[in-house]
Amino acid sequence: MPTIELNGHTYAVDEDGFLEDPMLWNEQVAADLATTEGIANMTEDQWKLVNYLRHYYLEFGIAPMVRKLCKENGFKLNQVYEMFPSGPAKGACKVAGLPKPTGCV
Amino acid sequence: MSDERRPTPKLDDLEKGPWPSFVREMKRAAEGSAMADQLLGVLELSYGDRVGHWKHGGVVGVRGYGAGVIGRYSDVPEQFPEVAQFHTMRVNHPAGWFYKTDALRKVCDIWEKHGSGLTNLHGATGDIILLGMKTESLEPVFAELTENGFDLGGSGSVVRTPSCCVGPARCEWACFDTLALTYDLTQHYQDEIHRPSLPYKFKIKASGCPNDCVAAIARADLSIIGTWRDAIDVDQEAVGTYAADGLDVRATVCDRCPSKCMAWDGTSLDIDNSACVRCMHCINVMPKALRPGLERGACILIGGKAPIVSGAMLSSVLVPFMKLEPPYTELKELIGKILELWGDEGKNRERVGEFIQRVGLGSFLEAIGLEPMPEMVKHPRENPYVFYEEYFEEEK
Repeated sequence: MPTIELNGHTYAVDEDGFLEDPMLWNEQVAADLATTEGIANMTEDQWKLVNYLRHYYLEFGIAPMVRKLCKENGFKLNQVYEMFPSGPAKGACKVAGLPKPTGCV
Repeated sequence: MSDERRPTPKLDDLEKGPWPSFVREMKRAAEGSAMADQLLGVLELSYGDRVGHWKHGGVVGVRGYGAGVIGRYSDVPEQFPEVAQFHTMRVNHPAGWFYKTDALRKVCDIWEKHGSGLTNLHGATGDIILLGMKTESLEPVFAELTENGFDLGGSGSVVRTPSCCVGPARCEWACFDTLALTYDLTQHYQDEIHRPSLPYKFKIKASGCPNDCVAAIARADLSIIGTWRDAIDVDQEAVGTYAADGLDVRATVCDRCPSKCMAWDGTSLDIDNSACVRCMHCINVMPKALRPGLERGACILIGGKAPIVSGAMLSSVLVPFMKLEPPYTELKELIGKILELWGDEGKNRERVGEFIQRVGLGSFLEAIGLEPMPEMVKHPRENPYVFYEEYFEEEK
């Protein structure tokens, strides 16, 4: 199993850099994972999105649909891509410590 | 690259016979590409083990886009390190697949430099498929493709790269400019093509006439098929010439007309255009004598798909006739309403055709603001024990 070292912390991740155990997540983990997306300091909006994803995942056990994510947070889809250039699935979900979305996304 | 040829007894079987063989092509590519060579090894192993050695899925992409790359990882990376990552990239094809050879050479040069060198022209959606690349090559390939005027196509739950038949570029039957429409829709739906936000894929295909050369009716969620609403244009003299040259017009044309809407008395072809179903048979048999009418446009159909979650479906009529001229406002408004409704209400991995089956055509039409029309009926009902709402109202 691959591991990744970020800011002196070591994490077990899959080949796309997603946490192997979604429960081993906290804000420090999010900040560390964000560096793999080229984000040195998370903005308020980025935290808003990450926290939304985290809460949704803990409540429902899955990631929300992209349209729902945009509507409930008042972001347009291209704004989400500006915040997380690799997109809501690969970028934001990874930082929020969610398991990798399945299927041919 | 191996100095000796990799033994591939099972794959070699697929080279026997007079037809083209993907194994032969892969072996040719393997002469210059270590990835292609190891791909042969993985495939040979798979045939022996009777199991695919690719893991499902993987989330890879280029910055700013959520689609266009399909991630592939091998589950035997130690054995075949060159193909441990073997992602696929989709490249948006030009409408009607018209390329200059130097454009194709450029794509191949980029691909031989960064990827496996293996390509698939074209995928079911129509894109150029570049098979097999490492994660580190994603951004360089994307950058070089865009420098040369190419862009990525759609993958996953997006509006897929629209495609069309060659249309008026090479075909006299085109009832609208399929190439212009496809280019326009591709530009208009850039956001929807590159950034997934739908329940599942949404394919748009346009055929210039009912011959439907891109099989839009079977392969697209939204099928746009050229048609005409006036009479078939008949040149009686030319029909006579066909007959004089030995064509049995009655047997070959009239008797094979699915709606039996035409008759030939030896001197003139009489067509009842109100009964014509626009099947193109007569026009295909006598192209010098018959042509589609002059009031040309397209029929818009919805719901076609190949069998993945549920069975295969053909698209059925949504708008019997629509004029298709730039800027295609009516069509875009219709697509917009469909995407909005299905995007919000569709279940994950539910194609729009399945969505319509689930909610019912009546509810679907009401939600997108279309009046029901007889043309939307696929076939007469078979169950007589169905009562219409008006009957109940009469009883009250």
